[in-house]
Amino acid sequence: MPGTRRESLSLALTGSGGTGMISAGELLLRACARIGLYGLQTRSVGPQIRGGESAALLRIAHYPVEAHDDAFHVLFAADWQNFERFAGEITLADDVVVITDEAATDIPRVVRAHAADIRHLPLHAIAREHKARINMVGLGLLGHLLRLTEEELADIIHWFFTRKGRQQFIEPSIAAMRAGFALAEPMLEEVPSLRTTPDAARAQAKAGRRWLISGNQAVATGFLQAGGRFVAGYPITPATDMLEWLAARLPQLGGQLVQAEDELAAINMVLGASYGGIPAMTATSGPGFSLMAEGIGLGVMAEIPALIVDVQRIGPSTGIPTKSEQGDLQLALCGTHGDAPHLVIAPDCINDAIRTTAWALHLAEKLQCPAVLLSDQKLGQMLSVIDAPEGMPPWKAERETVAACETGDYRRFALTDSGISPVALPGAKGCMHTIDGLEHDEAALPSSKVEDHAAQLEKRWRKLQQMEEWPEEEMRHWADCIGTGEVCIITFGSSAGPAREAIRLAADMGLHARHISMRLLFPPQKKRLHKLLEGVKRLIVVEQTHSGQFLHYLKAHYELPEVVISCRRPGPKPITPQQVLRALREACTVDAKLTERVCT
Amino acid sequence: MNRQTAPAPKPGDYKSGVHPVWCPGCGDFAVLAAITRALAKLQLPKHEVALVSGIGCSGRIPAYLDVYGFHGLHGRALPVATGLKLSRPELTVLAAGGDGDIYSIGAAHFVHACRRNPDITLIVMDNRVYGMTKGQPSPTSEPDFAAALQPEGPHVPPVNGLLLALSAGATFVARAFSGHVDALAEMIIAGIEHPGFAVIEVLSPCPTFRPEQTQWKRQVEDDVFKPASSLQEAMAQVISAPELGTGIVWQTTRPAAEHIPAPPADHAAVMREITQAFLP
Ligand SMILES: Cc1ncc(C[n+]2csc(CCOP(=O)(O)OP(=O)(O)O)c2C)c(N)n1
Ligand code: SF4
Ligand SMILES: [Mg+2]
Repeated sequence: MPGTRRESLSLALTGSGGTGMISAGELLLRACARIGLYGLQTRSVGPQIRGGESAALLRIAHYPVEAHDDAFHVLFAADWQNFERFAGEITLADDVVVITDEAATDIPRVVRAHAADIRHLPLHAIAREHKARINMVGLGLLGHLLRLTEEELADIIHWFFTRKGRQQFIEPSIAAMRAGFALAEPMLEEVPSLRTTPDAARAQAKAGRRWLISGNQAVATGFLQAGGRFVAGYPITPATDMLEWLAARLPQLGGQLVQAEDELAAINMVLGASYGGIPAMTATSGPGFSLMAEGIGLGVMAEIPALIVDVQRIGPSTGIPTKSEQGDLQLALCGTHGDAPHLVIAPDCINDAIRTTAWALHLAEKLQCPAVLLSDQKLGQMLSVIDAPEGMPPWKAERETVAACETGDYRRFALTDSGISPVALPGAKGCMHTIDGLEHDEAALPSSKVEDHAAQLEKRWRKLQQMEEWPEEEMRHWADCIGTGEVCIITFGSSAGPAREAIRLAADMGLHARHISMRLLFPPQKKRLHKLLEGVKRLIVVEQTHSGQFLHYLKAHYELPEVVISCRRPGPKPITPQQVLRALREACTVDAKLTERVCT
Repeated sequence: MNRQTAPAPKPGDYKSGVHPVWCPGCGDFAVLAAITRALAKLQLPKHEVALVSGIGCSGRIPAYLDVYGFHGLHGRALPVATGLKLSRPELTVLAAGGDGDIYSIGAAHFVHACRRNPDITLIVMDNRVYGMTKGQPSPTSEPDFAAALQPEGPHVPPVNGLLLALSAGATFVARAFSGHVDALAEMIIAGIEHPGFAVIEVLSPCPTFRPEQTQWKRQVEDDVFKPASSLQEAMAQVISAPELGTGIVWQTTRPAAEHIPAPPADHAAVMREITQAFLP
C-alpha cells in the first residue's frame, strides 16, 4: 500500500541510554532547517540523571509549526526498554510505520496492537559493522524518508563532531548513516511522507532565513536585547539551560550571572542589582518560583523593577520536573501576600518569546515593578525552526531617573498622576532615602497611617491600571487576534500554538473562528478584550491545566460571552491542534445552548 | 556647578533625623552612633554609601542614616547587598541585621557571602534574642534562656558566628561591643577599608528582653583577639576566647567577587554576533 502524503510529518525516535536519540532528532531537525524546511522537536526523558531512555519527538513541515500533531507517522525505536514510560505521549497514527531492530522480540503490546506495519531492520548490526552509534543509522534512514540527500546528512554529521572536537567519529558515523540511508530505499513509497518534496523548500531557502532556537534561548535573547545585564539564578529543570545560555553570553554585553545559593538569594540579588540601576532577571520553575513569592512582594512594595521567568513544569511540589503544564498561572497572579499588583506576561510561541521578553523587561523598568514571565517546559525546551526575525524588538529597559536634588526634598514615592515616581539611584547627590518593605509615605519614611497606606497602595495600582488608557500603538503587543466569526478560542502562553493551527484547519473546512492569544494577563485589559470579543457568541477557553485556572481568571476579570466552553487537559500530553479543532467544530455546529462544559 | 567645597561632614550629618523606634537603652543606638563616626572619619560622601538591612529591631537602622538605605526582607540583606555591590562597585556598601536575621533565617546567605567575598561590611547586631518579635530565643541564645516559646530554653548550643564565618571562608572576622562606641567605629572603618567581605559581630544589648545584658559593659573583655597568622590559629582563638571577648581575629585577602563589567560600545553588533549562532 503506498504511504500517505502529508502536510506535515511527525516522527518519534525512542531508545534507552546511549542510543543518542535526542542528538539524532536534533541533527535531523537541523538538516531540515538548512534546506529551508520548518519543524520542531520536543523531548521526553526518563528520570535517570544521565542517559536513560529518551524520546525525540519531531514534526517537520513546509510551513512554520508551533505544536505537535495528534499522532506520529513514523516511530523509530532503537530498542524498547521502558518504552511504556512514553507510550502515553506518543499516539500512533493509523498508518504508522514502526522501524525496529531485526532482533527485537520485546515490542510492547500497545505498539503491536496498533501498528500494522512493523519493519525489522538490521539497525544494530549496521552500527556494529561501522563502529558507530545506532542513532547515525537512524539519521540516514529517517533523513532519506524526509527526502534529504546523503550529502546534506553527511554535512550535518561533519558539523556535529567537528563542533564537539571528535573528528574521529565523523567517518564511521557517515558510513553508518549511508547504510541507514540505503535501508530506506525500498520503503520510500510505502511510508507516509511529506506532500511536497524538499526540492521546493530548497529552491525557496535563502541563506540566513531560518533560525534553530529553543524557547528558553528566545527568552534569554529578548532579555539581552532589551538591555538586561544581571542574572541571578539557582539551577532547576526546565530553566537551567536558559541560565547556562545566559552565563556564557552576558559578559560580552557587560553583564554577569551569579549562581545563587537558593531562589531566595536569587530574587533578592536581582532586587539589589536592579536597585543599583542594572536591568536584572532570574529564571526558575514552580518550586523556585514559590520561594520567590516574598521577594516579588518586596519588589512591588519598594517599586523595584525585576523580571522573573517561570518556566512552568508539572506540580505541585517536585511534580514532574521534565514535563509541561500551565498550572502556575494563579500563583503568578496572586502568589504574593497582600494586595500586590505586578505584571504577569506570557510569550505565546518561540518567535514571540524574544519580543515579549523584551517588552516585559521594558514594562518592568518603566513601571518600576516586578514582571513575571510565564513560559513553560514545552515552550522553553522545544527546539524549533523559525523564520529569522526581520529585526530585533524595539523595547529597551528604561527607567525614569533623577540625577540629583539640590533642595533636599526628594520624595522617592511622590504621588504622581501616572503613579510612576522618578527614581534616584544610589549615588545621586542629595536624594538619599531608605526604600522599604514597610509601608511608607511619599518621602519613603515608614508609615502605618491610614492615609499613607491608602495613597501608596492606590499609587501602586494606578501605575498598572493606567495601562488601559495607554495609546493603542503602545499596547498593540498585549494580545493577538486572528480570524473572524462568532466562535472564538482564547489562550495564553504555549497553548496558542495548537489553537492557531486549529483555526487554520477549520478555515480549510469552511469554519470561521477567531483566536485571541493574551500576552498581558495582569493588569487585565478589560476594554481591549471586550473589543476583541465583540460579536463573539461562544468562547472556547483552551489551557493546559486540570482545574481551569485560565478560565477562572477570565471569569474573574472579564465579561464573557453567554456560552463558555472549557477545553483543557493537564500535562504531560500536549494540547494538539486536533483536540482544539474538535472543540471548535462542536462549538460551531452543536445548536443546543451550551453552558460551560469541559472537553478534553 | 557649585565649586565651593562643602565643609567636612561630621557624624551628626549622617543622621537622617528620623526618630528610632528602639527602646531606651537599646544597644542599637550605639551601633548607629559608631557608623556615623566611621563614615565621618572616612569622609565618605553620603550619596556614595548604601546600607542594606533585614528585618528586626536591628534592621531598622538604615532609615536613621542619611545615606542610601534598603530595608528589605527578614534574612535577605546579604543577597540584596551582593546584587547592589556587583552592580555598583563604586558605592560603599554596608549590610546590617540581627542574630536571627543573619544566623537563622539568613544563615545560608551568610555562609555563601563569606565564600563569595563581596566587598561589603556586615554588622551583625547580636542581642541573643529576637527583639522585634518580643523575646523568643535566637540562634545565639544560651541553652537555658527560657522564654514563652521555649519554656525550657532552646537546650542546643548557640551558633558561634565567628567560627561559622571563619569556616565559610570570610576574609575579615571581628567582634565588638556597642557600648564601646569609638572602638566599634574603628572596627567599622577597618571593615570598610578591608577589600572583601568583613564580618563584624557586635554585642548589642537588648535591655527589654535580656535585661541581664546591661551587665555586658562590665563583662566585655576588649582586644582579646590578636590578628591570627593562620586560620587554625584564628579558630583556636575563637574557641578558647571568653564569650564576650572582642577584637579582630582574622584578616586575609582573597580576590573579591567580580563586578558587572562595562557594557560594550556597540550593543547591536554584539547581539548580531550572538544570534548568528541560531543559524542552522
Ligand atoms: C519571613 C519572616 N518570618 C518572620 C518574620 C517575623 N520577624 C520579624 S523580626 C524577627 C526576628 C528578629 O530577630 P533578630 O534578627 O535577632 O533581630 P532583633 O530584633 O533582635 O534586632 C522575626 C522572626 C518576618 N518579618 N519575616
Ligand atoms: S526590643 Fe531589645 S533590641 Fe529591640 S529595640 Fe528594644 S531593646 Fe532594642
Ligand atoms: Mg536579635
